[in-house]
Amino acid sequence: MTKKKLLFSGMAVVLPLALAMVLVLHPIRAKSEAAASPMEVRVDNFTFGPDTLTVPVNSTVTWVNKDDVPHTIASSDRVFKSKALDTDDKYSYTFAKVGTYAYYCSIHPKMVGKIVVQ
Amino acid sequence: MRKTKLSDPNTNGFIGHDHNNDGIDRRGFLKCMAWAGTGALCVIEGGVLTSRALAFDMGSKTKSHKMGELSFVQISDSHMGFNKPANPDVIATLQAAVDKINALPEQPEFILHTGDISHLSKPSEFDMVDQILKATNKEIFFVPGEHDVLNDDGAMFRERYAKKSRGQGWYSFDKNGAHFIGLVNVMNLKAGGLGTLGSEQLQWMKNDLKHLKHSTPIVVFAHIPLWTVYPQWGWGTDDSAQALSYLKKFGSVTVLNGHIHQTMQKVEGNITFHTAFSTAFPQPAPGRAEGPGPMKVPAEQLRSILGITDVNYVQGRQALAVVDSSLV
Ligand SMILES: [Cu+2]
Repeated sequence: MTKKKLLFSGMAVVLPLALAMVLVLHPIRAKSEAAASPMEVRVDNFTFGPDTLTVPVNSTVTWVNKDDVPHTIASSDRVFKSKALDTDDKYSYTFAKVGTYAYYCSIHPKMVGKIVVQ
Repeated sequence: MRKTKLSDPNTNGFIGHDHNNDGIDRRGFLKCMAWAGTGALCVIEGGVLTSRALAFDMGSKTKSHKMGELSFVQISDSHMGFNKPANPDVIATLQAAVDKINALPEQPEFILHTGDISHLSKPSEFDMVDQILKATNKEIFFVPGEHDVLNDDGAMFRERYAKKSRGQGWYSFDKNGAHFIGLVNVMNLKAGGLGTLGSEQLQWMKNDLKHLKHSTPIVVFAHIPLWTVYPQWGWGTDDSAQALSYLKKFGSVTVLNGHIHQTMQKVEGNITFHTAFSTAFPQPAPGRAEGPGPMKVPAEQLRSILGITDVNYVQGRQALAVVDSSLV
């Protein structure tokens, strides 16, 4: 196959995908940026970042998995538990009560984090 | 007890006398030799170091007679459904593993799969693995990895692969005088902890071993290592010491695990520990990266660090030969 053909066939796949991604991602990104993303926890390299997050009561916290392997968000006291999150999957939970919520990944239990609700 | 760690396949480890005073002579050598720079051949024999021609042990095509009275293959971590840069084609590499098995000069009697069959516990992923493995024409025994029990506590896994199992999927069986125990250590994991067997499974295992002669060779297989490889990355099992204590009275115990996507061996007393290659993607050596995630290597190197494990047991001896071989 020539270089030109390769490029073309590659573009044919990538372009519509990129367009679709922009369409889908844009509103979500705008929303989280408006809140300056303090309510987001990144799951990356088998760690929660930040591992302790302090939020006001009634906040919705969103976890996003940036790893190549699935993770879960599971409250140690069984208050909440996500399904397995694949790469770029998100999970949100709204904290209606003041308190400290310890959580971990039930697949990789060495991964632990905390949400402090004030 | 003296511990010998053999993470380097070129290392020769020696186990001296131990002093458990239980009447079992655990003197022995473990000798590991590099195989074409990519795998390791390990032979352990009670008391005597036997040195065989490497080609013979490696199952060379020139071999003229049957070496073992029991021969089986371990494969692990096929992660069907994984499609990230570390290996965009896990179907092709699993197929290569099947080709490798089918080309073995001494055909294994059966296959052990030590878990992470699928990447995301999807029926379509299990279906694909089943279809590919069918070409081996062999009986296959599975234990689950954490990726196989993601959202249903292993119900689908047991329905497909462990119908006659107990509890969360554990079971045992006998083959040619050796006793095999498949354990589940990927469920009910506690925050901050490692793999877990749990008291119910441990009790079952204790009972399962009770009626066996101490001369019975034991093979234990489970997904997460039953020895502490690297706790910082969760590479170990919290209550494995309890399980291993039940195995002390036996003369020959081999523990086969997966999960860490690289080969490693260790001998402790009467127990030989071994972890297998993945057929899907490699992971970094303990502590050699920020985390234990999939490791991207140059495409032309990938198949040299994926592979299968061939195990031969010679009846009447304490010998169990474990041979890792990469896909290329
Ligand atoms: Cu995880």
